[in-house]
Amino acid sequence: MPIKTVDLDSEITHLSILDEKGRVDEELEPDIPEEDLLDLFKTMLLVREFDERKEKLQRQGRIGTFAPVRGQEAAQLGSIYALRKTDWFVPSFRETAATIWRGMRLEDDLVYTAGYEEGIRFTKESRDLPIAVPVASQIPHGVGIAWGIQLKGADDVVLTFFGDGATSEGDFHEALNFAQVFRLPVVFLCQNNRWAISVPLHKQTHSKTLAQKGIAYGMRSLQVDGNDILAVYVATREAIERARKGKGPTFIEALTYRLSFHTTADDPTKYRPADEVKEWEKRDPLPRFQEYLIKRGHLDRDMVKNWTTAAVIEVDHAVERFERRLDGMGRDPDAIFEHAYAKNPPYVERQRREVEDWVRARREEGGGE
Amino acid sequence: MAGVTMVQALNQAMREEMARDETVLLLGEDVGVDGGIFRVSDGLLDEFGEKRVVDTPLSEVAIVGSAIGLALYGFRPIAELQFSGFSYQAFHQVEGHVSRYRKRSQGRYTVPLVIRMPYGAGVRALEHHSESREAYYAHTPGLKVVIPRSPRKAWELLKASIRDPDPVVFMEPKGLYRRGREELPKDRRKVPALDGAEIVQEGEDITVVAYGAMLYRAMEAVKTLEREDVVNAEIIDLQMIAPLDSDTVNASVQKTGRAVVIHEAPRTLGVGAEIAARITEESFLSLEAPVKRITGYDVQVPMFAREQLYLPSEERILQGMRDTLAF
Repeated sequence: MPIKTVDLDSEITHLSILDEKGRVDEELEPDIPEEDLLDLFKTMLLVREFDERKEKLQRQGRIGTFAPVRGQEAAQLGSIYALRKTDWFVPSFRETAATIWRGMRLEDDLVYTAGYEEGIRFTKESRDLPIAVPVASQIPHGVGIAWGIQLKGADDVVLTFFGDGATSEGDFHEALNFAQVFRLPVVFLCQNNRWAISVPLHKQTHSKTLAQKGIAYGMRSLQVDGNDILAVYVATREAIERARKGKGPTFIEALTYRLSFHTTADDPTKYRPADEVKEWEKRDPLPRFQEYLIKRGHLDRDMVKNWTTAAVIEVDHAVERFERRLDGMGRDPDAIFEHAYAKNPPYVERQRREVEDWVRARREEGGGE
Repeated sequence: MAGVTMVQALNQAMREEMARDETVLLLGEDVGVDGGIFRVSDGLLDEFGEKRVVDTPLSEVAIVGSAIGLALYGFRPIAELQFSGFSYQAFHQVEGHVSRYRKRSQGRYTVPLVIRMPYGAGVRALEHHSESREAYYAHTPGLKVVIPRSPRKAWELLKASIRDPDPVVFMEPKGLYRRGREELPKDRRKVPALDGAEIVQEGEDITVVAYGAMLYRAMEAVKTLEREDVVNAEIIDLQMIAPLDSDTVNASVQKTGRAVVIHEAPRTLGVGAEIAARITEESFLSLEAPVKRITGYDVQVPMFAREQLYLPSEERILQGMRDTLAF
């Protein structure tokens, strides 16, 4: 027979455990310790407060442009929670919730967003990469780290984040192909938030799902409700376990929505309908997680109120520390020349001295900065 | 205030060229509905429709690569990349093909496209949003690299670039996007072809070479210099980094005997290095002082809190000119 159907040996499942009303599918419900559930919820409250405060600080000119998280907290926290501290976290540029979960201090994030290298703080033990602004550029890095893990015979795993727009970039496709060909311990977590700045998903791709792009590379791929923290956790945990056992990579498409702007530099009302935003506000990951915890008896309204206030206070304190640090930081030029090379060439050192002389001369003139 | 900003001038240039020539089209990320992230293409979608003002998926390679194909087929595409910092994803298309089609096909095929990209520091932007890497492109034979200094120049040079038979990398100093206004010429049809540098101010004592945002700092520094010292500076706006119009520079240096070059890009192997080399080759006997480079430093552009320390300041330019005059 000349024409027959090719069996692709693949299907895409969609996983949802906690619905918009906070009702849970008990068969699929994961067994997460109460303490962890409450920690995740507290972090969600904190991230949301932090996002709002950053927007205010940006409007006041105290920090620069940033990419808000609002709406994507479950996609980030559900997945990052499944990762061990010793595993590797490869973010794009909107993973503030995941980064806070990994231990980033709020004040460091503010210092960074205010344009200072001093906000970048990694330790020798860090297994988190810095944010990557060029879309999709970090995906191959996650693959390379996973390759190293495999070569070394370690049992670590890499969790790599990116968005729907990234799936149009070559870096994404080339990285996925490598990951599957070498069967590497990496999990690709795509937050499909439906908008790449002003370009909606249907203009980004005509694929029915983003998950099927993983299928093209022979990769296990699935879709989850990205606003359902339980589903994201279950899918990511399973993918991480498979990766750890040497069973290769997984591609997870988390369906979510950017409730806020792309960055503080754009105005979403110009390009997307208010009705759509309203629809997605009903699917907000926070209230549904809250309802679930209340129904489980882990949480009551008073605790929510108190923790919301606590989040405000925590952010207040972070902002105070941030401002104190800025006062002391001045504009000394060292950060320009530090870490450019392992050892700066002589002409770069001469340039450093030139800047230092300028700064000193200005100070002596009493010109301040 | 009368006149238009550089953003509006670029918008007007594209609008007029698209109206004049139906083969001109614009493609890029967020150029349509959103009107471009800097609003450079505001209103063009409404005026010319989505076949000629195209919101593409997020891929610099496909934007530039398919612009090559459109150009091969006879269109005159304008490809917008959101920031020069994201242009490197498409670099292999530019180096491997944009710059070579004429050569590779022995003149049968040409790719007269324009790749527009905002570049440069000074706007308190994120990482990868402040670099000044014109030398990468200028180092690639076959490309023209154009950098406007003002609204009127942006209008004129973009139109000339769209009409030019060669591919043009058109780098827009985003620090100047909304800084100052200028009237556009009354007669919009006359557009001089791309043609090298321009002498902005004539003078006898020192030649000051700059382009883009740094030209303004250079001009401010020259004002101070001329107020405080008895000096007349000749100021040259390169306008084009490639091909580099060193004839204008050399003619000037042969008159003044002294030259400073100012750019925000790193010093080493930058435009200033090439200018200094060509002056040494062709005007050595006229030189009264070494050619001075006042530039960004040879390190990554710092985050924005310190970007003004990185960029050549008026003070640094003034000092550089004085050192050169006193040599």
